[in-house]
Amino acid sequence: MRSSIRITVNGVEHDLEVEPRRLLVHALREDLGLTGTHVGCDTSSCGACTVHLDGDAVLSCTMLAVQANGRSITTVEGLATAGGLHPIQTAFHERHALQCGFCTPGMLMAGAALIEGNPEITEAEVRQGLEGNLCRCTGYQNIVDAVLVAARETARA
Amino acid sequence: MATIEHRPASGGIGESVLRKEDAKLIVGQGRFVDDLVLPGMLHAAFARSPFGHARITGVDRSAALALPGVAAVLTADELGIAGGVPCASNPTGDTRQPRQPLLAEGIVRYCGEPVVMVIATNRYTARDAADAIVIDYEPLPAVVDGRKALAPDAPLVHGQYPDNLCCTLRHETDGFEEAFAAAPHVVRSANFNQRITPVSMETRGVVADWVRASGEVTLYTSTQVPHFVRTFVAVINETSESKVRVVTPDVGGGFGAKLNTYREEYLACAASKIVGAPVKWIEDRSESHNATIHGRDQHQQYEAAVEADGKIRALRFRAVQNNGAYLQLLTPSISHLTVFMVPGPYAIENISIEVRQAFTNTTPTDAYRGAGRPEATHGLERLVDEIADELGLDPADVRRRNFIEEFPYTTSVGLSYDSGDYGTALDRALELACYDTFEERRAEARGRGRYRGIGLSSYVEVCGLAPSAVTKAIGISAPGWESSTVRMHPFGKVTVITGSSPHGQGHATSWSQIVATELGVPFDDVEVIHGDTAFAPYGLGTYGSRSLAVAGAALYRSVQKVKEKGRAIAAHELECSVDDLEWADGRWSVKGSPERGATIQGLATSAWVAANLPPGLEPGMEATTFHDPPNFTFPFGTHVCEVEIDPETGRVEVVGYVAVDDCGNVINPMIVEGQVHGGVIQSIAQAIFEETVYAEDGQLRTPTLVEYQVPSAADLPRITSDRTVTPSPVNPLGTKGIGEAGTIAACPAVVNAAVDALSVLGIRHLEMPMQPHRVWEAIRNANPTGAAR
Repeated sequence: MRSSIRITVNGVEHDLEVEPRRLLVHALREDLGLTGTHVGCDTSSCGACTVHLDGDAVLSCTMLAVQANGRSITTVEGLATAGGLHPIQTAFHERHALQCGFCTPGMLMAGAALIEGNPEITEAEVRQGLEGNLCRCTGYQNIVDAVLVAARETARA
Repeated sequence: MATIEHRPASGGIGESVLRKEDAKLIVGQGRFVDDLVLPGMLHAAFARSPFGHARITGVDRSAALALPGVAAVLTADELGIAGGVPCASNPTGDTRQPRQPLLAEGIVRYCGEPVVMVIATNRYTARDAADAIVIDYEPLPAVVDGRKALAPDAPLVHGQYPDNLCCTLRHETDGFEEAFAAAPHVVRSANFNQRITPVSMETRGVVADWVRASGEVTLYTSTQVPHFVRTFVAVINETSESKVRVVTPDVGGGFGAKLNTYREEYLACAASKIVGAPVKWIEDRSESHNATIHGRDQHQQYEAAVEADGKIRALRFRAVQNNGAYLQLLTPSISHLTVFMVPGPYAIENISIEVRQAFTNTTPTDAYRGAGRPEATHGLERLVDEIADELGLDPADVRRRNFIEEFPYTTSVGLSYDSGDYGTALDRALELACYDTFEERRAEARGRGRYRGIGLSSYVEVCGLAPSAVTKAIGISAPGWESSTVRMHPFGKVTVITGSSPHGQGHATSWSQIVATELGVPFDDVEVIHGDTAFAPYGLGTYGSRSLAVAGAALYRSVQKVKEKGRAIAAHELECSVDDLEWADGRWSVKGSPERGATIQGLATSAWVAANLPPGLEPGMEATTFHDPPNFTFPFGTHVCEVEIDPETGRVEVVGYVAVDDCGNVINPMIVEGQVHGGVIQSIAQAIFEETVYAEDGQLRTPTLVEYQVPSAADLPRITSDRTVTPSPVNPLGTKGIGEAGTIAACPAVVNAAVDALSVLGIRHLEMPMQPHRVWEAIRNANPTGAAR
């Protein structure tokens, strides 16, 4: 049994036929080829699969594709615009906030949602706000700094 | 598509050049194994043992085979593979090496051991089919604790042996007992360095593509050691090494857990051959907690004979290492690394060591970031604090009095430390940590109802693995050299092919910096290729903080060969002797006439055109080097940690952390600092948060990231990182290695700080992880009335 869904991903509308049990992350990765979104666990613990659903950061491994029917999704591939990289992408590069890069898409998406409209966010708030995203390489310090830099940058933009 | 611009100054050695690896990773264009799709690709899933020890009495595959989309359901019988997962380590010559079959044969010996492999059209169907297989088990008695496994009546993990002993490592200096008896004080210390789970954010995964018509097999795998994998796939899957290509795409972290070969790599190749299609297997996180190696799990006992001033005259070390149910690639060598580092940075001339390695009904242990060295450092640094405590001395003074001061120094276990300046690193760490004024902070915290403590950890580690004669001598059946190729293209661009295999370390950037400085070409003109056995000369891989010290040296030497070839061509073109030429800024020019010269790029063009080369010189501008290091390198440093403990909750909070490390010369300070941050945090995680726990019957009680607590940004402190620089004489770059320093240093600094905080209550020891319930209990036991102190 398959269900028909229509989802908008990074501004492009897609019609998909999916099993009702299909996870959103697999629809994104395997049906649409958007492999930037990663799967890091199976218990909603690591945040590697974070995407934006109608502007909110959600875990795409903890949501069925059918639940996204009619909704608008942004993945890491859609974070940059025609005008250039999102400030958080630039900040991750300039602050050495990634090593292996596997958690990075989820961190970027969680961080971008966190600083949206909150340019004065504090370090403690960033650390709390990224609580659902695990990184095993960086020790988080440069990630936190990059998110803070990006937040200030969005205020200037 | 928007992209980033690299903005190197000159891009040379010593600069914090931003990484060229980042561009694709920050826009979602990394290529990890699970991102790969091949035509007709099928998916694998496993039915794994739910028991720690059991006999398999029946396997009913009918329900799985009846599912649409199932291509194969394989047991050990269908595979018919005689070989097992290889162990390349036999440190004693008589180390017991039980065969580890690819799929269980009649007996399962740990929870998660694979029994049946399913191949199906997609990952959902494969999982359904694996779950539909009915396996009958007869549970057997299990043992999960290394010490209990060595008791006379313990259940046997491998029935062909009379007991569960894998091997015993021993070393004792002449006259040890006399020296031990001569000192006035004996201080004893015991620790359990608990089992932990590596948790690279990308689990393991493979895609195997066995082309039946040609016999060629390509294996894409998330590994640190692609060439090892190729060699062993050829052996286990019984084909020619020349038919096997191993490709390592982007790898999402390894931390030693991917310094290995695993059943699933061989099984995917075998299955691809059987079904005639590419086979992908991606490890679930929960599967990973069972199926990928664990780290540590070592019980330790120390006895130190010391003078009244804290000088250690003799040290006795006894340990039991839990190896798990089988031996992985280097399992028996991990606690051998502990043996090497028992004396640490101290001049301890008399030493007695015995490490007994045990088989248990648990997932095998093997290299996890630090690999045996954190265990040695933790026990020793706890001991030094206990010596200071018993003798009423300052812990910093005890360290200083025992430090080795002259280099090179041959230790009581026979290593030759290359260079060091331990006292300067200690002094710098104490200064940055404001050690002198700590008591003010302790008093202030006490006023807020919290216990504050400070802890030190001084360490030295053995890196730059390894001289090949030494690896052979210590029973490792693999060499320790590394390779590089430097290839200049017709118009002067450069491709570097490295035998090492990075997974987050930033080799493409650092290697480019080395070439930019040594060859005088722009940083952006250098590309670095790694992780594909079809391209790269044989390489031993990335582990043990070895890449820069060994692969970096191999790269340096290839660059020099290219430079010298350019010199010969320049002398020919300029009609002078090679001795008349000098090198500066990427050019060979005639001494005293700098306008008469040629750039290395121009000389690369000449080597390609090949119309006017010196007689006998081959065309082309390319060099390959296999570099075998003459010795290990020995990075060192001192870390200082401050914690505060809330007696109401038992929560240990790290409130200050200073890391002063000396990794010799540095290519990219930004990358070095990133390695320190990551290593320290991983070690704080072991000290306070993480523990892999088994029930007595062999059930894993930490099977997911829900039970196994990997800390987040909200749980962790900022790190203050600084360095001293003592170049290594072992390699031409003077580098030592930094990948594991933080993981080695931090645990004892954190535990020493916590014990210091609670010393006012009479608490002298805390076991890791110092989770709130454990610390709360210790406080309550020490102070049953809860009266304020």
